[in-house]
Amino acid sequence: MLNPKAELSTKIFQKDIDMIPNRQGYGEGLVIAGEKDERVVVLCADLTESTRSILFKEKFPDRFIEVGVAEQALATLAAGMANYGKIPFISSYAAFSPGRNWEQIRTTIALNDVPVKIAGAHAGLTVGPDGATHQQLEDIAIMRAMPNMIVVAPCDSIEAKKATIEAAKNGKPTYIRFAREKTPVFTTEDTSFKIGRAEILWESENPQVAIIGCGPLVYEALLAAEQLTRMILVNTMVINCHTIKPIDEEMIISAARKCGAIVSVEEHQVNGGLGSAIAEVLTRNYPVPMEYIGMPNSFGESGEPDELLEKYKMKSKDIVEAVKKVIQRKIN
Amino acid sequence: MTIEELQHKANEVRQDIIKMLLEAGSGHSAGPLGMADIFTAFYFEILNHKPEDPNWGDRDRLFLSNGHICPVRYAAMAHAGYFPISELMTLRKLGTRLQGHPERKRLPGVETTSGPLGSGLAQAAGYAYASRMDNKRFRVYCVCSDGEHDAGNHWEAVLFAGKNNLNNLTAIVDRNNIQIDGHTEDVMPLEPLDEKYKAFNWHVLHVDGHNIEEVIDAANHAKAVYENPTVIIAHTIPGKGVDYMENDPKWHGAVPGVADIPGEPPKGKQAQIALHELRTLGGKIRGEHE
Repeated sequence: MLNPKAELSTKIFQKDIDMIPNRQGYGEGLVIAGEKDERVVVLCADLTESTRSILFKEKFPDRFIEVGVAEQALATLAAGMANYGKIPFISSYAAFSPGRNWEQIRTTIALNDVPVKIAGAHAGLTVGPDGATHQQLEDIAIMRAMPNMIVVAPCDSIEAKKATIEAAKNGKPTYIRFAREKTPVFTTEDTSFKIGRAEILWESENPQVAIIGCGPLVYEALLAAEQLTRMILVNTMVINCHTIKPIDEEMIISAARKCGAIVSVEEHQVNGGLGSAIAEVLTRNYPVPMEYIGMPNSFGESGEPDELLEKYKMKSKDIVEAVKKVIQRKIN
Repeated sequence: MTIEELQHKANEVRQDIIKMLLEAGSGHSAGPLGMADIFTAFYFEILNHKPEDPNWGDRDRLFLSNGHICPVRYAAMAHAGYFPISELMTLRKLGTRLQGHPERKRLPGVETTSGPLGSGLAQAAGYAYASRMDNKRFRVYCVCSDGEHDAGNHWEAVLFAGKNNLNNLTAIVDRNNIQIDGHTEDVMPLEPLDEKYKAFNWHVLHVDGHNIEEVIDAANHAKAVYENPTVIIAHTIPGKGVDYMENDPKWHGAVPGVADIPGEPPKGKQAQIALHELRTLGGKIRGEHE
């Protein structure tokens, strides 16, 4: 059942659930962060409207800096501004930032240890028709390998807003990943959020499998959990692990002890993503059988977002199958 | 300091560069030797700074984009009083503050972390932009190599600074005409470099990078330029002070005493000759880009 403490939307399993792209939460969060702290500035690489940085630009035109199609400068200019004492957010698509400017981020932001906030919009497979060039599916892997870097993948627009506001205050290099598509808004303003702390969204009695996800696919995980319960198949728990680094080790170990099997869910390559981060925790502490929902070492392609999620097996029915499979492995 | 005293100081800095490289056992020779006059001019004349208080808020900021020439910066900083000259001998050793490429978090006063080429000017431009937002009066300087003008990131910064009329930013280009793979005009031609900067809305000055008076005058001239960022193209001799190294790309990323190089003094005598010329001791350093 839904964890009442998570204060999720009352419309969570209804057809009229609000659908908003989580990048909208980034734009709204920027405005709030900008109101709270005048050191907040936003730099954008020719994608002001679609990254929703436009909301900040309209409110604080003097603190908005257009750099053109120049993602390496986007990162390094921001590094200089943060070194001075500003709190820069840099907005682009994840395919280009951190996709194109990874070394600049590594040297001038992470090693330099200056608090630049990297916002990677249009991450994941659901960019859809734009095709593989724009479907950033490796960003979590390349960013979480970097010392000093915090990595967050919010599950909906409200969580994206909270992550943006909190990132402005944390004083650390931080990567936040956003998606293009409208996705269900299933958390609420009252849902607890803290960078680095995973949240239990669903927990049935004596759960046998823990489904741990990040980003908008957490909603698919909840649909899977609900379906498994309704069909009296498997009791599960669903954990929203929005922060991939630093990962909530305590929560993961506790879920492994309680359930004895885990399914990871992410719109990212299986190699090096959230699932890998979970596996690193498990193998060091409490190994249990695990299955991975994510991109299977493949690039994407053009198609409608939902068609792509179907083809690459990231829908709730695929999560259901992964749960059944991991239970079999646990029994055997 | 008089110009003569500055020249004497630059000579001391050069000798310490060689001592450091010998002690370190690896590093770059040509770039640091070629920039000794300019760094001496900065630390003893141009910069408004307090060596005893490296984080003083109103200090002028000196960024070093081509971090691999950091021995010259370390040596000039030590002579200026940032840290004891004896610490120079820790260069590149485990636990040192004087990393092989400079790191902001390790040594106060280096302003930023650098090494990977092409990224320094953008950081300096971002810094200059941010400080102008707050009406700060200090200046931001950035030393760059000519070779790193091959990098897109550098030109992105040139565009940005030109667009935003960052008149509080002065770039100094070490125009020594060499990079690792050879002469810059063979590897990737940069000329006419001054016309390129002018086309990007920069004010351009040329100086003899070994004429300390010219360097100081140019830095002062840049303060009076209201509309544009200024670039000082400083013509320098790589390896300045060691005859067989001067103007020779082979010594960009090499150091004496490691390998027999065609056309150069034999391995066993390279250090001896260099030391004779610079009156230093040692002889165990190895090259950087083998």
